[in-house]
Amino acid sequence: MANRGEIARRIMRACRRVGIASVAVYSEADAGAPHVTDADEAVPIGPAPARQSYLSIDAIIGAARRVGADAVHPGYGFLSENWRFAEACRDAGLTFVGPSPEAIRLMGDKIQARRLMASVGLPVLPGSDGPVGDVADAEREATAVGFPVLLKAAGGGGGIGMARVNAAGDLASAYATARRRAEAAFGDPALYVERYAEGARHVEVQILGDGRGTVLHLHERECSIQRRHQKLVEESPAPVLPSETKAALTRAAVAGARAIDYVNAGTMEFLVDSAGAFWFLEMNTRLQVEHPVTEEVTGLDLVVAQLRVAAGEPLPWRQDEIIQRGAAIEVRVYAEDPAKGFLPSPGTITTLVLPAGEGVRVECGVASGSAVSVHYDPLLMKVVTHGATRPEAIAKMEEALAACVVDGVKTTIPFLRRVMAHPDFRRGTVHTQMVEQGAFNA
Amino acid sequence: MPEDIKAHITGVVFQIVAHPGDPVQEGDPVIVLESMKMEIPVESPRSGRVQSIPVQEGQTVQEGEVVAVLE
Repeated sequence: MANRGEIARRIMRACRRVGIASVAVYSEADAGAPHVTDADEAVPIGPAPARQSYLSIDAIIGAARRVGADAVHPGYGFLSENWRFAEACRDAGLTFVGPSPEAIRLMGDKIQARRLMASVGLPVLPGSDGPVGDVADAEREATAVGFPVLLKAAGGGGGIGMARVNAAGDLASAYATARRRAEAAFGDPALYVERYAEGARHVEVQILGDGRGTVLHLHERECSIQRRHQKLVEESPAPVLPSETKAALTRAAVAGARAIDYVNAGTMEFLVDSAGAFWFLEMNTRLQVEHPVTEEVTGLDLVVAQLRVAAGEPLPWRQDEIIQRGAAIEVRVYAEDPAKGFLPSPGTITTLVLPAGEGVRVECGVASGSAVSVHYDPLLMKVVTHGATRPEAIAKMEEALAACVVDGVKTTIPFLRRVMAHPDFRRGTVHTQMVEQGAFNA
Repeated sequence: MPEDIKAHITGVVFQIVAHPGDPVQEGDPVIVLESMKMEIPVESPRSGRVQSIPVQEGQTVQEGEVVAVLE
């Protein structure tokens, strides 16, 4: 497992289910972390900064070789969407649990991905056809599509290096910042311009392909509650989404994945407006953080499916056998202070009480006494609830969050409780700007 | 009267924006911290000139630690 925290533990659990021994890797900051003590074997890979440990291809391939691993699961984040890592695994004779390096590379170039999906009939937002050369070029493109626009990094997605620009006067400084962020995150400062879809929802479709001609979708997830273009609350099914829009989304997602002969788990992300129009945003060529909501409603284990596909097995399901039952919601508990604009809150967890019960699932990467390091993503745990209906799932989530105690660091729990209680959330009428507009402020 | 600028959060110094001798305005970023994958600017509380920057890029600083001194 080339990862840490809750996702490493999640992968470990799937491995155990199918009788595979798991090996954790860990940085100096993570010695003794739950993902290390849980694993059958654990290998140190370097100092705390991610660049020298979890982002070091050499360190991870070296660890895999040392223990004689057969396969590498990248989780999400870190090297999961790095085609060079997937290629290095292949070159080292290791099975990469994910798509081919070629598919990762193609979808990682967000401009190429946009072009390719448009060429197979998927709608994309109006924007520049390629990277913009300079600020003047960006201004020409932005004026052509109309403000507000988004400046987006060509080299990678996930909201990193993305900037909303409301007017031409704001373009120069946003352009400089976004380029610097894109360079730092992806090693490529290239930016492109896309129209900003005001008031749109983020809806995505889970895909599984087996490389033997089968590409299935596992329905949609609604992920509009975001801060800094990063998700905080996800659910499946997407509430108040007309069935014809949903059918069109899943059709488009499967067509897009087929166009690149996609193998393993992936996610096609879309924006959907209130009229039901939708646009392809990007494809994530990995397991998503929010995969549990799909697992809860479909009853399928996505990580086990990933392992089986990586082992060369065909997917054992027909599309019509994959059904959404009830409703599932996931919230992300981050070590952040929602009262201070979601400022990171590193520290040591002094008390940890996890919720439990019927229809409550917790994916947690920390324990009482864990140090929450400045070096990594602040995700502490995900709380997932499943109910026969959406109101039931919400009620279970309210109970679960009330029972969850994390002392020592500030967390997003108070914010998440306000989301659950909010009338717009309860109605299912959410959109991607609600958090920044202060809809859930205390 | 020199004035200390302190980090309002624990993090790693990602970038030193203003250097000793540089004039700064109130609200200008003096250094940028990186914490939990986020870049967080530490801003100057007033206009003035930077006297010293007692930290280096890549260094971990604790909340409340002095990261710059204004003249």
